[in-house]
Amino acid sequence: MFNYTFHWYQAFRALPDMLAGALVTLELALLSMALGIGLAVLIAVAKGSGNPIFRAFAVTWVEVARNTPALFQIYMAHFGLGAFGIHLSPYVSLLAGITFNNAGYLAETFRGALRAIPVTQTRAARSLGMGRVTAFRLIILPQMFRIAFLPATNQMVWAILMTSLGIVVGMNSDLAGVTQDLNVRTFRTFEFFALAAVIYYALAKTVSLGARLIAWRLFRY
Amino acid sequence: MIQVENLHKSFGALKVLKGIDLTVNVGEVVSVIGGSGSGKSTLLTCINGLEPIDQGRIAIDGTEVHARATDLNLLRRKIGIVFQQWNAFPHLTVLENVTLAPRKVLGLGRAEAEDIAVRQLTHVGLADKLKVYPSRLSGGQQQRMAIARALAMSPKYMLFDEVTSALDPQLVGEVLDTLHMLAAEGMTMICVTHEMRFAREVSDRIAFFKDGLIHEIGSPAQIFDAPERAETAAFLNTTR
Amino acid sequence: MFETALTLSDLAFLAKGAGVTLAVTLVSVLFGTVLGVVFGTLRTLLNAWTAAPMTFVLDIFRSVPLLIQLVLANAFQSIAGLGWSPFVVACVVLSLYTSSYCSEIVRGGIDSVPVVTRRAARSLGLTWGQDMTHVVFPMALRVALPSWIGLTLGVMKDSALVLWIGLIELLRSSQILVTRLQEPLFILIVVGAIYFLMSFPIARLGGQLEKRWRENDPG
Repeated sequence: MFNYTFHWYQAFRALPDMLAGALVTLELALLSMALGIGLAVLIAVAKGSGNPIFRAFAVTWVEVARNTPALFQIYMAHFGLGAFGIHLSPYVSLLAGITFNNAGYLAETFRGALRAIPVTQTRAARSLGMGRVTAFRLIILPQMFRIAFLPATNQMVWAILMTSLGIVVGMNSDLAGVTQDLNVRTFRTFEFFALAAVIYYALAKTVSLGARLIAWRLFRY
Repeated sequence: MIQVENLHKSFGALKVLKGIDLTVNVGEVVSVIGGSGSGKSTLLTCINGLEPIDQGRIAIDGTEVHARATDLNLLRRKIGIVFQQWNAFPHLTVLENVTLAPRKVLGLGRAEAEDIAVRQLTHVGLADKLKVYPSRLSGGQQQRMAIARALAMSPKYMLFDEVTSALDPQLVGEVLDTLHMLAAEGMTMICVTHEMRFAREVSDRIAFFKDGLIHEIGSPAQIFDAPERAETAAFLNTTR
Repeated sequence: MFETALTLSDLAFLAKGAGVTLAVTLVSVLFGTVLGVVFGTLRTLLNAWTAAPMTFVLDIFRSVPLLIQLVLANAFQSIAGLGWSPFVVACVVLSLYTSSYCSEIVRGGIDSVPVVTRRAARSLGLTWGQDMTHVVFPMALRVALPSWIGLTLGVMKDSALVLWIGLIELLRSSQILVTRLQEPLFILIVVGAIYFLMSFPIARLGGQLEKRWRENDPG
């Protein structure tokens, strides 16, 4: 047992490359969240709308996103869309898959938040002469984002962790991808992935902490 | 002038209004009294078009509220309404609550809107709370803010829907004082209220609601001192 | 008309993959729940400082990608010469992963039992153990069960990642078929449907339970 010499120095030498990968990871997570939030608002609204086609579309999206593995969703973007002649790069497939997942989960979060806002808020806004869209944008949306903020930051942490699935479709520029490349070249699997784990952990904690700071600055009411 | 003619309104099987006729002239203060569930509040939400109606017509200065061609958002600028639950916008400061509609609906600039807002907030005694969030205000203060918010749109008519019912007893006075002041300034108002003394003092006419109908309407002296209908007398007895 | 090269034996192959997914999920949820109940209960008993090391370690499982955890565990067992099969590695990692989430659920459930209720139980002469088994756990269960069902479904979906360490579960089976048949979309839709069929009924059951319990609650 343990007739193995750990080569930590090699791993530490690769640290700059891995940190560059971590930036790509963060970029992917942020992009997937920004797109996911936008889509989730639309899905949440569609799910509560009277139009049966919109509603069916929204329900399907949410159920598929929540009841199938995230990796499956990334596969779908990477391999499945090929049937339509769409061939996405690993980066775009990964972004599409995570965005799809984020949007599905966030839509449910937003739905819950919308239900928590009294209908009288809309009434009050309408009685001041605001149109439906204006009232939603100025009165309902800001309150919805406040209620949904903490669950959304959890989703952001999830998004960071999900980016690691990119290696399965050949992604090689994010943290997991860079680590896997180094691993294939050196076979120092444990050292490199242990370092990657530490960086992921730091990313996740920084995001949670940052979110709490932002919430504290943003929601003073 | 607010004209309500033969107004019918039901929620599902429940008939709430069964043929209301009411005319309120400019400068007049009309109070609506009656038991809970008699349809008083529904009347107000119908008048500013928040509720669709089943039958009859409501016209504000000749414009029919529920006509398809009517731009409700435009019409509502004329009619302010304040609800029982004050409905402060919790994510905005007091000043922002009041400036929001003038800026976004009337398209005023920030400075102009703030001028109006400060004037109205001073009017209702909240000049020192401009930068505060509603959660820091008492119910009475929030309700006065809601009144200022409606007044900032320079409405021609004001509708008050049991604005003191959700308040702690010691906070009722400050809100009624504000309404008194508005009435004295000549604002045209319809007040749905349970405060009989207030109704008597402030109103030109009082309408007694029961079971979705106006049973009696007349001057405060007539309604309170010499009601013609037995139901009116019976109701007033229960409130004394 | 729609044509596919997917044969019955291919479907059986997928079913076998689904069996592996279910097996990994079952084992992991079983061990993960037992560990989770122990850790979660411990956390309510210890104060914040003494529980800190355990809290920290458990949190790591939720803050590091599962895929990385699997790779690390696999590398570690090979370095240590443990000779574990991918199935064992998958079950060990997923059990710990599950226990980390489960401990939070258990803690939340126990914390939801009002202190006055527990005091009342003890004042009737119940021992600590009796209080826990007859009062606290039954009450906590109602709060925790919906989340626990959600966790089980989550583990089933996350178990797809074990394909990376060489275990041929449902998603990997589909990859093998895709390579052979070159019909990615159709096969993926079939696989998605299988995942859906495995998780949707449980999800609905959880929703129903939650609803029924809420209706029974006074006030």
